Amino acid sequence: MKVTLNVWRQRSPNDGGSFQIYEVDEVSPDMSFLELFDVLNEQLIEKGEEPVAFDHDCREGICGSCSMMINGRAHGPESGTATCQLHMRKFEDGATITVEPWRANAFPIIKDLVVDRSAFDRIVEAGGYITAPTGTASEANLILVPKEVSDAAMDAAACIGCGACVAACPNGAAQLFTAAKIQHLNLLPQGQPERWSRVIDMVDTMEEFFGSCTNHRECEAVCPKEISIDFIALMNRDYIRAQFKQRRLTGQKS
Amino acid sequence: MTKVAGDLTDAPASTRRRPAPFVVTFYRSAIAKKWLMAISGIILLGYVLAHLVGNLKVFLGKDDINHYAEWLRELGEPALPHEVLLWGMRIVLLGAFVIHIVAAYQLTMMNRRARPQAYRSPRDYVAADFASRTMRWTGVIVLLFVIFHLLDLTFGTVNPGYESGNVYRNMIASFERVPVAIAYIVANLALGIHIFHGAWSMFQSLGLNNPRYNAWRRYFAMGFAGAITTGNVAIPLIITTGIYP
Ligand code: FES
Repeated sequence: MKVTLNVWRQRSPNDGGSFQIYEVDEVSPDMSFLELFDVLNEQLIEKGEEPVAFDHDCREGICGSCSMMINGRAHGPESGTATCQLHMRKFEDGATITVEPWRANAFPIIKDLVVDRSAFDRIVEAGGYITAPTGTASEANLILVPKEVSDAAMDAAACIGCGACVAACPNGAAQLFTAAKIQHLNLLPQGQPERWSRVIDMVDTMEEFFGSCTNHRECEAVCPKEISIDFIALMNRDYIRAQFKQRRLTGQKS
Repeated sequence: MTKVAGDLTDAPASTRRRPAPFVVTFYRSAIAKKWLMAISGIILLGYVLAHLVGNLKVFLGKDDINHYAEWLRELGEPALPHEVLLWGMRIVLLGAFVIHIVAAYQLTMMNRRARPQAYRSPRDYVAADFASRTMRWTGVIVLLFVIFHLLDLTFGTVNPGYESGNVYRNMIASFERVPVAIAYIVANLALGIHIFHGAWSMFQSLGLNNPRYNAWRRYFAMGFAGAITTGNVAIPLIITTGIYP
């Protein structure tokens, strides 16, 4: 098949940037969307032009590196799929495909389609961990967890941190990412000691960088891991409860 | 650095400042603002429903609605003096309205800052619907409408021949002007769209999420928005077209 690509090119963070049109022939329907870009880049290199910079690593939907706004949708037309696992058979032969980087104040463009997502690291640093004893791992069955709870925590833990939720949100909010990173710990017994400080610290950090949720549900619709906005509700509940919680003991000074 | 009296050395003392009061730190958070918007939204929803139930009495006739209006002033008597409970409710309502609007404005500004550069290619929305994407517009329409509505039927400033206490007469006088009736209908459709998203969205903001009843949150919002819009649109529509005398 043959496609026309309308790709955002931007030389550097402060460059204005613009769309460039490229024709790519001999595209196999079995190629992934990133392989299409490999073909395009080979063409560009042969012509002596600068290849398109884009993020990728695992190419199997687990690392969260790939990040493209394809035809106005984060990760393209197939739901529950990261860009690297999107196949060209999802597009018509001769289609024109527009590709843009994620756009958010907290995700500055580095070059072409590559954005800096380190604001996500700031959120995780603020509380996305548990206090664990060092030394040898203890017996796994020491702490019993109901099956439903571990399933829910696993669903939240499926987040690969790609940033599609922020990219898709009309408000540029990072609610789904933050909720997933909080709730996969807050749901489990191991996450309880820091439960209330975690939600406060991570949410407050999130709000330094991102917008606020108005419940459009766009994030859930584009999430390659199909993480539910139910976790956002749980985060909201934990946040408000933490605000009203007396975490200091009576008589204790702050 | 604060020196404590009696210190022998220049050892640095703690410079920790007193934390801001709870309400201040609480309100700083966007999630708390959304929570307050949900609480104030519930108060406003309750008001809108009570307001509709009361005003539908216009179809029962002059005496019924005027008597209802008088009862509102007597509410709480004899425990409370005349009109005191009514004023209490008005103050709570005004407070809820102000919080709802101020928080919405601040959150909108925060969201603008979060994406200063819009996408250059058209977006393809999957889940965001018309109602959720027009909340700010429908909200502003409702605000402007409420101001006009108060001038029309509460203060009577823009009502031809306003008569205090004669609700029936004032409503008829207002809706006999066709453009006014159309404005009422348009504004109430906007209110319905606003409620359609808000009455669902508030559950998420409050953290009320349970697989057992999640589907009902949507049904509730649809039913509430539908009932309020039907009633509110029916009043000007029926009076203006003269179907009902
Ligand atoms: S490249 Fe790793 S998730 Fe797409």
